[in-house]
Amino acid sequence: MRAPHRADRSWGTYPQDVPAPNDIDWDGVRLHVVTGKGGTGKTTVAASLAIALATGGKRVLVLEVEGRQGLAQLFDVPPLPYAERRVAIAPDGGEVFANAVDPQEALLEYLEMFYNLRRAGTALRKMGAIDFATTIAPGVRDVLLTGKAKEAVRRKVDGVLAYDAVVMDAPPTGRIARFLNVNSEVAGLARSGPIRTQADAVMDVIGSPLTAVHIVTLLEEMPVQECADGVADLVEAGLPVGGIIVNQVRRPLLNADSQTAALAGTWDRDTICADLIRAGVLTPSGTLVGSSDIPADHLIDSLLLEAREHAERLALEQRERATLRSLSRPIYELPYLSDGVDVGSLYEFAEELRGQGMA
Amino acid sequence: MNAANEVAPRSPAFNVDRLLDDRSIRIIVCCGSGGVGKTTTAAAMALRAAERGRKVVVLTIDPARRLAQSMGLTELDNEPRLVLGTTGDGTLSAMMLDMKRTFDDFVEANAEPERAATILANPFYQSLSSSFAGTQEYMAMEKLGQLRAFADSTGAWDLIVVDTPPSRSALDFLDAPRRLGSFLDGRFIRLLAAPAKAGGRAYLKLLSAGFGVFTSILGKLLGGQVLSDVQAFVGSVDTLFGGFRERADETFAMLQADDTAFVVIATPERDALREAAYFVERLETESMPLAGLVLNRVASTDIPELDATTSIASAHRLDAESDGRTSALLRIHAERASALDRQRRLAERFTSAHRKVAVSTVPAMAADVIDLDSLRAVGAALSAHGHSTKGG
Repeated sequence: MRAPHRADRSWGTYPQDVPAPNDIDWDGVRLHVVTGKGGTGKTTVAASLAIALATGGKRVLVLEVEGRQGLAQLFDVPPLPYAERRVAIAPDGGEVFANAVDPQEALLEYLEMFYNLRRAGTALRKMGAIDFATTIAPGVRDVLLTGKAKEAVRRKVDGVLAYDAVVMDAPPTGRIARFLNVNSEVAGLARSGPIRTQADAVMDVIGSPLTAVHIVTLLEEMPVQECADGVADLVEAGLPVGGIIVNQVRRPLLNADSQTAALAGTWDRDTICADLIRAGVLTPSGTLVGSSDIPADHLIDSLLLEAREHAERLALEQRERATLRSLSRPIYELPYLSDGVDVGSLYEFAEELRGQGMA
Repeated sequence: MNAANEVAPRSPAFNVDRLLDDRSIRIIVCCGSGGVGKTTTAAAMALRAAERGRKVVVLTIDPARRLAQSMGLTELDNEPRLVLGTTGDGTLSAMMLDMKRTFDDFVEANAEPERAATILANPFYQSLSSSFAGTQEYMAMEKLGQLRAFADSTGAWDLIVVDTPPSRSALDFLDAPRRLGSFLDGRFIRLLAAPAKAGGRAYLKLLSAGFGVFTSILGKLLGGQVLSDVQAFVGSVDTLFGGFRERADETFAMLQADDTAFVVIATPERDALREAAYFVERLETESMPLAGLVLNRVASTDIPELDATTSIASAHRLDAESDGRTSALLRIHAERASALDRQRRLAERFTSAHRKVAVSTVPAMAADVIDLDSLRAVGAALSAHGHSTKGG
């Protein structure tokens, strides 16, 4: 069911020239990769999307790959081990699991799998060999990380898929295409052997319709530019571009007419003054109620200046939004929360994403 | 009325102009977590210092396109360019760091042409110089060292302002170069490189079969070519770099010198302030001099007497009867006033734990920096706090 309230949400506008998404825009996608410029709220969006996808009795795994324990902080749980732990219950019986993937642990897992070398792992680690292997070529590290995502997507328990969806809190937009395009990354590296085989298997999932790479942005110059660059990079690498999530969208407090008037400085001061007296902000003698040393003129000047600055910010946001629309991807918006993000906000955001058809 | 007094009322004022005018300060390092306006702050401070008479070079890392253009930087050529249009006796040069170019230049400057060509063509070198975690930090430090040496020998600049690479953690800037240095100088990489050197063979033999087994596994895992690339690389650069770790240690020591000042930059948000706190504590541990904290994007209002609650209640009262414009004015003000309240609470946590840290605040600007004038305005805002409270 399409969310009926999309058009009249109070804090944002859905771009009308983008084709309206289906009931659920990413039907069939099982690996959701979430990227974005640093500071845009990738981890928050990944966590919220996981809850959204789990809603209604699904099992969803969210993977952290940069070792920052951002998910643990968000879900308010102790630091995550290299293991799949349940971190949240979604509405209507869903479950969200999380895992902080560590490339060194993943490599040891490999060595065990292919060479039965688990016990030698400690010695190798001491020697600096594990560190070496996971650092030596960024490609190897990335194959190990994306390999875990691929494995979780494919994993079956008693013939049933272990997870309905996997969400990855991925590296920032600047590195995303290279991170995901493991095939070409290891091309010059390993021409045969398990890493090569693994890279091919990873590409079977990541380069397919099973995957969507979503980009998180803010309505600011740099994040939007990076978002546009990221889409171009992904397209060039032949990777499946998903949606754009605009985070921290602030409610516009001026309509188009008022915005123009605020910028042009054509508001009628007498009307404002009369309104302020009627509203009980100004005394009939023209001073701020409770602060008789603040005259009406100063109050009105200041309010008009604040309105003009608000109008300028809106204009800037409108330009950035236009750039995002030109990318022709479905756009979702999440509101700015003035008190910061906590576990409760994740559920609120999950509901928003569902309402807008992302999950 | 000044926003600084509102957000961090009890902190000492960070007198930015006094720092910029202090001729004994030769390097100002701007650090903070990603997305807090580090680059803009660095550029604005550099411009202000130049217009106050200093010969300044600013090293920016990944600036926004329009910010770069505002300083006349149109291409990433890794060389300082004189910024035209500044006023006064000083000069401003600006550059953007190109980490691969810096690395390449370094190799070319320090090895004879044939050997340099071999290194530059090495696949391991190519991935190291373009995509290694820590390379950007390492090269920013390398470039800083170069600029400093050039400034000392030619007198071209008397102040270097450095922006730091964007990362989640501000501490990366201090730690990444040494981490990379240790890795490249590490035991394992030396063992691998050993066969390339005559003296290494005997040592390697002594290491027993364990090592051989692992290199063979590694060879199978990664492809044998990788190991030989690394061996060739380490063998050819070993003498060249005089030890990566040593070099990282040297630049680290440069940051501990008396003529270096750190400016920590944050926004009044929880995460940015937490990072700033980590960094301030770390600077103390490392005996690195902190000049002050710059808080960017601070909410400001000329009418703090009208609080958020009154404002929103009055807007409600008007909604029923007016065309909504005056009520919109009140709502806009209420949003600001409550942002200011929230920022004050957040800043309080930082300032109460770090009472001695001087603070300067820069109000949220409605528009981006697009030219020298808007950059000048940022610099003026940076300095306004120190001035307004200097007498008091």
